[in-house]
Amino acid sequence: MLKASAKSLVQLQVNGQAQEISIEPRRTLLDALRVDLGLTGTKKGCDEGTCGACTVLKEGKPVYSCLTLAIECEHSRIETIENLAKDGKMHPVQFAFIEQDALQCGFCTPGQIMSIKALLDQNPKPTESDIKRAVTGNLCRCGAYPNIVKAALSAAERLRRGG
Amino acid sequence: MKNFEYVSAPNLASAITQLQGSNSKALAGGTDLLTEMKERIKTPDRLVNLKSIHEMQGVRDDKDKLWIGALTTLSEIESHRFIAERYPILAQAAYLTASHQLRNAGTLGGNLCQSVRCWYYRHPDLTCWLKGGETCYAQEGINRHHAILGNAPCIAVQPSDLAPALIALDAVVRLKGDEVDGDLSLDEFFVLPDEGLRQRTVLGKSDLVVGVSIPKPAASSRGIYLKSMEREDWSFALVSVAVQLNFAGSKVGTARIVLGGVAGKPWRAKSAEAVIQGKVLNDSLAEEAGAAAVAGASPFEHNGYKVVLAKNLVKRALLELNK
Repeated sequence: MLKASAKSLVQLQVNGQAQEISIEPRRTLLDALRVDLGLTGTKKGCDEGTCGACTVLKEGKPVYSCLTLAIECEHSRIETIENLAKDGKMHPVQFAFIEQDALQCGFCTPGQIMSIKALLDQNPKPTESDIKRAVTGNLCRCGAYPNIVKAALSAAERLRRGG
Repeated sequence: MKNFEYVSAPNLASAITQLQGSNSKALAGGTDLLTEMKERIKTPDRLVNLKSIHEMQGVRDDKDKLWIGALTTLSEIESHRFIAERYPILAQAAYLTASHQLRNAGTLGGNLCQSVRCWYYRHPDLTCWLKGGETCYAQEGINRHHAILGNAPCIAVQPSDLAPALIALDAVVRLKGDEVDGDLSLDEFFVLPDEGLRQRTVLGKSDLVVGVSIPKPAASSRGIYLKSMEREDWSFALVSVAVQLNFAGSKVGTARIVLGGVAGKPWRAKSAEAVIQGKVLNDSLAEEAGAAAVAGASPFEHNGYKVVLAKNLVKRALLELNK
C-alpha cells in the first residue's frame, strides 16, 4: 500500500517527458505544473474548479488541474498548452485563436484551447453546439465566446485539410 | 489546504479499515472533497484513495439488471451506449451535470455522496447547524436555492442530478462498511438531517457506496429528466424532475416522479404518482399531478418561485412522455 504524508517522489508523464518531483500529497497538479515544473502556461484562476483556466488533458481528457492531486497522476499522461506548438509552429487551434480574435486578456485562453483540442482529437467535424458544449466548463470574463466558437470551427477545418 | 497522509487502498476491506482511523476521508474523483478541503470545511488527516478498488469499477449488464460501479465517471455514464438506450433518463441526468472537466473526474459514488451547496455551509468562517453549530442561517438569510419541502432543521437541498433519475428507475445501492452493509433502495439511502444525525445519507464514517443496480425496465417504460438552471449549462438544479412511467395500454401503469433541488433529499412525489396511476394522461391530469407534487410545500422568503417551477416541470415532463 502506498502511504505518504511528508514529501515523496512522484513520477509524472508531462507532454511526453518523464518528470520526477518531490511533493507533499496536498500538491495539486496545477501547482506541480506551475511551481515544480515551471510550466506556467496553465493558469490559476479560481483554484476551486469553477473557471476552467487550469484545464489540462489527463489521458487525453480535459480535467481541472486545480482539483486533481499530483500524487494521483502517477503514470498518467498529462498534456498542457506547452505541448501544442511544434518546432516553432503553432497548433492549428492556437493559430485560429489569433486569426479569429478569440481572446482579449488571454487568461482563460490556454484552458479554452485545451478543451477544444480534446474535442477535435475525438471529433474532427464538430458542430457549433458540440463546441459550445466542449467549452462550457471554461469561463471567459472578457466575453470572447462567439469568436472562440469561430476559432474552433476554423481550426477543425484547418486540421481536416492537414494542419 | 492542510496537509494529509495519502493512502491508496487496494481493495474494499482495506479501504474500510483505513477509513476507521481518526479523521479519514474517502477520495474518488475529488471534485467536491478538494473544494471543501481548500476552504477548510473538511480537514482530514488522511485521504484514502478508492480508485484502485476493483469491486467498485465497471458497468455490467447482469440479465435482469444493470450494475454501475461507484467509481464509474459521469462521462462514462453519459456516453455509455447501453445506458443511453435502456435508461435514457440516467444518461440525460449525467449529460446535464456540471462541466466536461468535472464529469471526466467525478464519479457516481461521489455524486451521490456530495456535500450540499448552501453558501452558509460552504463559508469557511460560519459554523452552521449542519457543521455542528446552533443556527441554520439560510432560514432567515438568503435562501433562494433552498428547500421548499421536508421541513428539516437544515434547509440546504440535495444537489445530485443522478439521484432523482436513479430513484425513478428504482435503483438499489450496494453499501459496504461497519455501520451499514448490504443492499438498500436508493430512496432510503438519503435521509433528511435531524438533531440525532446531522447528515444526509445513512453512511457511517467508514462506510462506502460500492455501486448501484438498476432493474431492467419494462418494454412499455419511458422516462425523462428535466432540469431547470440559472443558466443553460454547468449549474446546479434550481429544480429538476425525473419521471419514469410504465404504460398499460394507453393508461399509466406504475409511475415514479422524483424531484431534485426542492428538499434535503431527492423528493419522491408519491401523491403526484397516485394522481396519474391507472389514468390516461392529458393536460389537466398533468396539471393536477404537478399541483399534487408541491401540495405540502412551505417556501421561505426568497424561494417561492420553486413551487411554481416544480409544479410546471412535473406537468411538462408528463406531457413530454405522453407525446
